[in-house]
Amino acid sequence: MTAIPSISLTHPGSLIVAVFTPWIAAGIALLIGFFASYLTALSWADLTFVLPATAAGNVIVELLSKFWLHEAISFERWAGVVLITLGVSFVAQGPALTERPVSAAKGPLPDEAVASEGPPR
Amino acid sequence: MTISSSVAPLVIFTNPWLAAAAIGAVVLASTTGEVLTAAAMKSIGDLDLIRARSGLKGAIRAVVTSPLFFSGVFFLALAFFSLLFALNHLNLSLVAPASASLTLVTNAVAGKIFLKENVDRRRWGAAILVCIGVYLLAH
Repeated sequence: MTAIPSISLTHPGSLIVAVFTPWIAAGIALLIGFFASYLTALSWADLTFVLPATAAGNVIVELLSKFWLHEAISFERWAGVVLITLGVSFVAQGPALTERPVSAAKGPLPDEAVASEGPPR
Repeated sequence: MTISSSVAPLVIFTNPWLAAAAIGAVVLASTTGEVLTAAAMKSIGDLDLIRARSGLKGAIRAVVTSPLFFSGVFFLALAFFSLLFALNHLNLSLVAPASASLTLVTNAVAGKIFLKENVDRRRWGAAILVCIGVYLLAH
C-alpha cells in the first residue's frame, strides 16, 4: 500500500483503483478461499473459538518464513509464536460451541429447525 | 520507524489522536462485522449439514440470501477499506499489530455481550495470549 500515492478522504475513487493492483487482487482471491472456510467454521463454532484458533495461521507464516525463505526470526517473534500456540491450545481444549437450550432458535429461516438438530461438534 | 521510501510523499499522521481514531475505526468496523457475520452463520445453521442436504449450491444460497450476512460483510469491507486508509497514513509497524491484536480482545468482549457466548477463563486466556502473540509477531 505504501507504493501507492497517498489516499485522501476527498478522493475515495483512488481506493477502488488500489483494489485492482495485481498483488492486492491476488491477495483478495486467496482471502475469498479463507472466507468460505471461515464462514463454515462459524456456522458450527463460536466466534470466540474460531477467532483465536485462526491465529494459528500467523505461526505457519512464521515457520514458512524461517524454513522456506530462511529469514531470521528474532527472539520477540519466537515469543509471539509460543504465545499464539499456547493460546490456540488453550481454546482448543474447551468446547467449540456454547451449550444452549434446544428451543433457543433465533433465526427466521425455515432451515433452522433442521439444522439445529445436528450433533454438536 | 518510517518505511515510506516509495514514490509519492506520504501524509503520515503525526497527531496521536488522529492515529488512534484511524486504528479505532478499523477495530470498531472489524468487530461489528465479525459479530454480525457470526450471528448470521449461527442463524443459518451448520453449513456442512445444509450442504449434505441440498448440495454446495444450496449452502451458498443459504448464505447469500441472509440479510444479516450482508450487513456483516458490509462492516468487514468497511474495516478492510479503513485498514487500507490507515496503512496509507500510518506506519505498517503501528497499524498491523495494533489493529490485529486489539480486534481479538474487542471480539471476545462483543462475543460475550452480543452473541451471549460462554467466554470462560480458558477463552479469555486464549484471547489475551493470542493478542500479545500477534502483537509481537506483527511489531
